[in-house]
Amino acid sequence: MKALESLVQTLIDIVMWFVNLLPPVLSDPFQYAFMQRALLTSLVVGVICGVLSCYIVLKRWALLGDAVSHAVLPGVAIAYLLGLPFSVGAFISGALTSLGIGALERNTRIKSDSAMGLMFTGAFALGVVIISRIASSTHLMHILFGNVLGVRMEALTWTVLAGAVTLFFAFRYYKEFLLFSFDPTHASAIGMNTAAIHYGLMLLLTLTIVASLETVGIVLVVAMLIIPGSTANMLVNSLPRMIAISVAVGAVSSALGLYLSFLLNVASGGTIVLVTFAFFVPALVFGPNGLLFRRRRITVAPA
Amino acid sequence: MPIVPHAARLESDMIVANVWEPLAGVKPVDRGVDRGVGVPRSRWTKEVTRSPSIGYGGNTMSDHFRPADSPLDALVPAIQVSDLTVAYDDTPVLWDIDLDVPEGVIMGIIGPNGAGKSTLIKAILGIVPIAAGSVRVFGSPFRRNRKRVGYIPQRTSVDWDFPTTVFDVVLMGCYGRLGWIRRPSRRDRDAAMEAIETVGMSEYASRQIGELSGGQQQRTFLARALMQQSDIYLMDEPFQGVDALTEKAIVLLLRDLKHHGKTVVVVHHDLQTVEHYFDRIAMLNVRKIADGPSREVFTEENLKRTYGGQLTPVQTAS
Repeated sequence: MKALESLVQTLIDIVMWFVNLLPPVLSDPFQYAFMQRALLTSLVVGVICGVLSCYIVLKRWALLGDAVSHAVLPGVAIAYLLGLPFSVGAFISGALTSLGIGALERNTRIKSDSAMGLMFTGAFALGVVIISRIASSTHLMHILFGNVLGVRMEALTWTVLAGAVTLFFAFRYYKEFLLFSFDPTHASAIGMNTAAIHYGLMLLLTLTIVASLETVGIVLVVAMLIIPGSTANMLVNSLPRMIAISVAVGAVSSALGLYLSFLLNVASGGTIVLVTFAFFVPALVFGPNGLLFRRRRITVAPA
Repeated sequence: MPIVPHAARLESDMIVANVWEPLAGVKPVDRGVDRGVGVPRSRWTKEVTRSPSIGYGGNTMSDHFRPADSPLDALVPAIQVSDLTVAYDDTPVLWDIDLDVPEGVIMGIIGPNGAGKSTLIKAILGIVPIAAGSVRVFGSPFRRNRKRVGYIPQRTSVDWDFPTTVFDVVLMGCYGRLGWIRRPSRRDRDAAMEAIETVGMSEYASRQIGELSGGQQQRTFLARALMQQSDIYLMDEPFQGVDALTEKAIVLLLRDLKHHGKTVVVVHHDLQTVEHYFDRIAMLNVRKIADGPSREVFTEENLKRTYGGQLTPVQTAS
């Protein structure tokens, strides 16, 4: 852990080297150590949410993202009780819930939207009840809406670790995730283990959400999982470019949002999401696939 | 079943002449050979499957005209469906189907909506759970021969907004061969370009798939199946929502596949073209009503049994 923390400190130093190239108006707030940690956290979260966002959008898993993010709450509470890192508890309860949703869907007549609704509200309620017993409402607010300015070195290290794992798998199994998102029928016909890919992607989603908790919090993390991908989808027509743009949108809006929230003294999580949304709107209107210039499309004739 | 000699068709139709350029490994003399349906082709198809080379033309083509080693080869059907029953929940969708698809034919599967035509294709591919019975591909369970089967999905089942290009989709054809670890190589990319060229789509390779016409979309997925080096092509309603000219082009592509010893199974709706397109047909309405050479099986009697009272001239065009 110590070695990892010093690695993270090195990462911070690298980021700060770039920040110091900026005019003082922009770089001044980042002279505080807590702002430096917040910046690195936000950047990591922006990048991994950007990558995952593409799959979530294309796979139509937006609601699932929302479900998993709420479902991590009891895990956070229990981890707090046991003195474990938040991320470990969050990961376990998020993963359990997403597996539970999958099992309900496959084995009962409950359809996927209801399965998600059931599991995540149940888990979320449990989390709220536990937290109300053990911690103050400020704590609850921090978990729900993020507290990036208060990120400690240990939490940052966990975030970086979760981010690295997510990035590794997202790129290692790019071709599997691509085919699984685009044409699951073909994927299973050629013998790919679609169940493994399905759960693998769910676990990556959970890991991403856990990594994002400190920054934007449980309630708003789903925005970071939908908006960057949707923005990129308005602009380009191939998955690698979509991922690149989505990552850029995620990272830039996280950093910019953090800066603005410091400057205006407003909630950082909300500001980051608003900045992301501010990127989405012009893409929606003026993008090549957007409202104004939407390319002419030959629609499939009804059967 | 008479077949139009290959060379004659090449002259009569520019699309095909252009389309099959990469397959020109065959000497011009060979092109006119009319082999008929009964000539065994297993010898050649096995050669290709074993060969590590990418692509499906080139020097292996001469093997294509060699007689089979064993006359028994010809007797193993490309697809053998026995006692197949598929049910969703408690409702049977397919009931006790027996069906042999001989190698090297174009077979049409026809039947009313909800007859289980698409389900039959999916059962062959092992995508829907089978309640009873078995499916064998070239004499072995599908699992062992899945690389020899290419599937061209129904157009309505594809997300055409997906940010992917013709090239990307065709490249997916090699994913099955690559497995978990490897990624597409330079050679795979070249093979994808070749498959795209084969279906006459070179100039559209970098188009997003939603920007194509219906026929081009169909040909893109056909190229993906070519990329898989399949011996069997399963197509779910390839003519749905395409114009007459494109429909003709696709039919010519299918006939050419057949001429190269491939087996094509097509789920089809338009009864008026059935006899013209298919060597053999299977008529399906949950149970199998009939199957065999189109001329023998495509009778009013069988149609009535397949479609019951619901067959009207209007419906034949749906």
